[in-house]
Amino acid sequence: MAGRKKLVIEESWCKGCGICAAFCPKQVLEIQKEKVSVIHPEQCIACGFCELRCPDYAIYLVNVEE
Amino acid sequence: MASDLVHLYMRIDHLPQMWCPGCGNGVIMRDVAVAIQELIEDPELDFNREDFVIVSGIGCSSRAAGYLDFNSIHTTHGRAIAFATGIKFANPKLHVVVLTGDGDCSAIGGNHLIHAARRNMGLTVIAFNNDIYGMTGGQYSPTTPNGDKATTAPYGNVDRPFDIANLATGAGASFAARGDIYHARETIDIIKQAILHKGFSLVDVYSVCPTYYGRKNKKGDAVEMLKWQKEHLVPTARYYSMPESERADKKLIGILSYNDYPEYTDEYAKVIESCRKKDKK
Ligand SMILES: Cc1ncc(C[n+]2csc(CCOP(=O)(O)OP(=O)(O)O)c2C)c(N)n1
Repeated sequence: MAGRKKLVIEESWCKGCGICAAFCPKQVLEIQKEKVSVIHPEQCIACGFCELRCPDYAIYLVNVEE
Repeated sequence: MASDLVHLYMRIDHLPQMWCPGCGNGVIMRDVAVAIQELIEDPELDFNREDFVIVSGIGCSSRAAGYLDFNSIHTTHGRAIAFATGIKFANPKLHVVVLTGDGDCSAIGGNHLIHAARRNMGLTVIAFNNDIYGMTGGQYSPTTPNGDKATTAPYGNVDRPFDIANLATGAGASFAARGDIYHARETIDIIKQAILHKGFSLVDVYSVCPTYYGRKNKKGDAVEMLKWQKEHLVPTARYYSMPESERADKKLIGILSYNDYPEYTDEYAKVIESCRKKDKK
């Protein structure tokens, strides 16, 4: 995962709609058993598109302490 | 665990929200929260959290007023704008933001919408427009496209639809805009502009209802419906740089009409002021 931000998933809030995975520009995410999971964390560019369009607030970026 | 935005501006004990998987309402509610957060945090502006009031009517979308952690009121079906008008009148310095559905604001509440627009009441109306009555099970609404199916239009809708932003403009709104789910960042900026606008502002946000509208009309799931938005709804700059021929099946995301009409509570305050002066004489 790039730089100072990392993805966090609140699995219990995810309804598996797939919006985050479908519009991730780097194919970082996949829906498995109706929940989102991070399959390629190293490719994440922290663009935040997943967080922007997640209707359930189940995926978001946080700043990582250096 | 939840993001800072959710902790700050949503009633976290009410989450997760109860909308269907892929429902656009959650995205619009987040857009509203981000827009307000960015206005409050902008050092050049003077917005306070306590000055925001969120007003909603009845419908799936109207539940947003319960999730957002502001002064908020969940009113009756179609009457959100009427309640909001009262709140604005009682205390004109408040930023009154109405969250409403296409049915709530253009069917049962259509009259309140056009008159608030005509009067230029200083409200911001965000229409969560999913083309259907979601809460009651998928009946057609005034924005259901002609020919589309709904539980009350099993052979296709005979009506012609309203374009809510054009309706508001026609009724005299001083600010009317369109947003959507796919272009969430653009929609946040449009909502900010709408809140900054002094007079009546309306943002018609194209939502998605995969459960009723999508399924009945074979539009696919939420992802398919967002792909449609990506291809057919175009932010302002790109829209105007497109050749005319390409615009035929596209709609603009952005501000559609803008005017500097005097705001209603300002005009009313002038009447009060002039009467006071006469009384003193
Ligand atoms: C006076 C009144 N009439 C009818 C209803 C039933 N009713 C509840 S929600 C709704 C329509 C909701 O559609 P919309 O405003 O588009 O919101 P959505 O649920 O799609 O977000 C209706 C007709 C009601 N609650 N009150």
